[in-house]
Amino acid sequence: MRVGGNAPAIRRIAGRALALAAGFVLSLAAHAADPIKIGLVAALSGPSAQSGEAITQGLSIAIGEINAAGGVLGRPLVLVRRDDESSPPKGATAARELIFGEKVAAIVGGLDTPVSLAIVPIINREHVPYMGVWAAGTPITRNGATPNFAFRVSAVDVMVDEALLKYAQKKYGAKKPGLILINNPWGESNEKGLREAAQKLGITLAGVEKFENADVDVVPQLTRLRNAGADALILVANAAPGAQMMKSRERMGWKVPVVSHWGVSGGRFPELVGPTAGDVVFVQTYSFFGEQGPIGQKVLSELKSKYKIAGPEGVFSPVGVADAYDAMHLLALAIAKAGTTEGDAVRKALQDIGEYKGLIKTYDKPFSETNHDALGPDDYIFVHYEGERLVPVK
Amino acid sequence: MDLFASALITGFGLGSMYGLLALGFYVTYAVSSTVNFAQGSTMMLGAVTGFTFGATLGWPWLLAVVLALAACMLWGVIVERLGVRPFAARGSDLWLMATVALGLVLENAVLFTFGKDPRGMPQSFLTGDALSAGGLRISVLQLTIPVVGVLLAVALHLYTRRTRSGTAMLAIVQNPDAARLMGIDVRRAVVGAYALSGLFAGVAGLLIAPLFTVSSSMGTLFGIKAFAVAILGGIGNPWGVMLAGLLYGSAESLITAAFGSTYTQILTFGLVIVALALRPEGLFGRAGVKKV
Repeated sequence: MRVGGNAPAIRRIAGRALALAAGFVLSLAAHAADPIKIGLVAALSGPSAQSGEAITQGLSIAIGEINAAGGVLGRPLVLVRRDDESSPPKGATAARELIFGEKVAAIVGGLDTPVSLAIVPIINREHVPYMGVWAAGTPITRNGATPNFAFRVSAVDVMVDEALLKYAQKKYGAKKPGLILINNPWGESNEKGLREAAQKLGITLAGVEKFENADVDVVPQLTRLRNAGADALILVANAAPGAQMMKSRERMGWKVPVVSHWGVSGGRFPELVGPTAGDVVFVQTYSFFGEQGPIGQKVLSELKSKYKIAGPEGVFSPVGVADAYDAMHLLALAIAKAGTTEGDAVRKALQDIGEYKGLIKTYDKPFSETNHDALGPDDYIFVHYEGERLVPVK
Repeated sequence: MDLFASALITGFGLGSMYGLLALGFYVTYAVSSTVNFAQGSTMMLGAVTGFTFGATLGWPWLLAVVLALAACMLWGVIVERLGVRPFAARGSDLWLMATVALGLVLENAVLFTFGKDPRGMPQSFLTGDALSAGGLRISVLQLTIPVVGVLLAVALHLYTRRTRSGTAMLAIVQNPDAARLMGIDVRRAVVGAYALSGLFAGVAGLLIAPLFTVSSSMGTLFGIKAFAVAILGGIGNPWGVMLAGLLYGSAESLITAAFGSTYTQILTFGLVIVALALRPEGLFGRAGVKKV
């Protein structure tokens, strides 16, 4: 055995130890700057692509602000987007990929209630917080799971239904509103909500009529409602069928007030309806028109500089932008409060948020163990179209 | 009372739409015993091209309408060439699937080029009031549609009775082989029938567009209903087909007016089945008699 043979061996070991140590230090440094991933599963293509774009804008503006202030837990936030194409199976696949592949801290949802309903069981099983920022389906947050990881900063069908009837009653003095609803599960669930709300408010309904997406003429249904003495119409439908209803109403020369859920705001409602588009008053969570608070001004100027939007009239989907903006800040607050991105801790922290001055309103304990909806009927505003612009009703 | 009066007006407008589309089934069936099952897609093509030329590109409406109709006729010829002839020549019934497939191809092509957003035709005198009496209002278009429908049925009738090529068409209906022996160009007649069928669908699409929304899927349900109408009328009789369209449209809106929309599809299609069970050759059709 050669004596000198040990020297290179020692050097080799020392070298390895040094490399290991350096690697360890480097990985620590990398870990400290490791971004926190926030997933988004929304329609980024297809007829609802605009909604996904609006949500992206709201989230990105909030993330920009948070990162400029040093991030959360010393780590920057990044947004990871996936397209669900408005299809529930695609949304579910995307959510799994975000959870297991991207290891996101939370998932934000899009416009389609069926997609959200497909994702909710997954996030409840995997303990990943879910934040709905558009879809209004009641069972998304009220899903019966304990613990429940689904939260929402948006309208909720049952509350909207009540708000629609109350508005028709208060604004138009309606005593016998008639319901005109799209014939699909969304219309169905709102029929239930509206009937319950009517009972609660002591309102008699003139009648309930359904119509199809492909209906050219809704005159027979509307005539039935008119003959039954309807003094206001409650509309639940998307833009294209809603437009067919409005054209039939115009053809009948019936100047009945129309109060609507927000389905009509997607698509090209003013173009499809023509001159009477402005007669429809519908619910929203936020409008960038009118006097803005400091946060509204800040978000609007970000929209202008980042997305080349000329002004409030350029914000096609104020709901998506505003809900997503507030939701992102609430999520960041919860992660900071939890001190970790671990799902259950974030869920508890969300339920523990105190006061937060947001865009839509100043939230005071937005979530609790039993309530996972940050917005209520008092937070809804009513708007209508003035030309192509969505303007609050005076 | 005005409930049923207005329902009837609605029904006549829609019914003549179904009738027009169903006439397209009639002309090709008469000459070749085949139909373009995706007639609804051709109707959609008429509306979409009309909208694109007239509203999007801002060309004069007359030109837009002529071009849209030409596009529909051309599409009819393409359907015959690609989806019908190769199969019918071999005595196969696969043209049935092939025409449906071509319709889907067209719908998806339109989806990509025209977009998924439904569009609205600009307002015009067509959607303005023509008549209004006692709470009943009828737009110009609602009057125009049945008139155009009946005029086209009359024109078709005159064509087959008064012109040489029309008589030749009738000869083919009776006996294609004998017609061929008599020197009638059967192939040309079939192509012509498909072009005519496309024209009818195009007219229907352009007429319905201002009352409806223009989108790639607008024709699907119309096509199905029109086929039911064609069968109901007895597919070999143009008057029967047009009349069946009016009957179907009125039944549809009267049922909605009387019982509410929940029952419309169930009852109208139920009635079609009952009618066909009682008269398998259609309401106005005659059972085929093969003379030897």
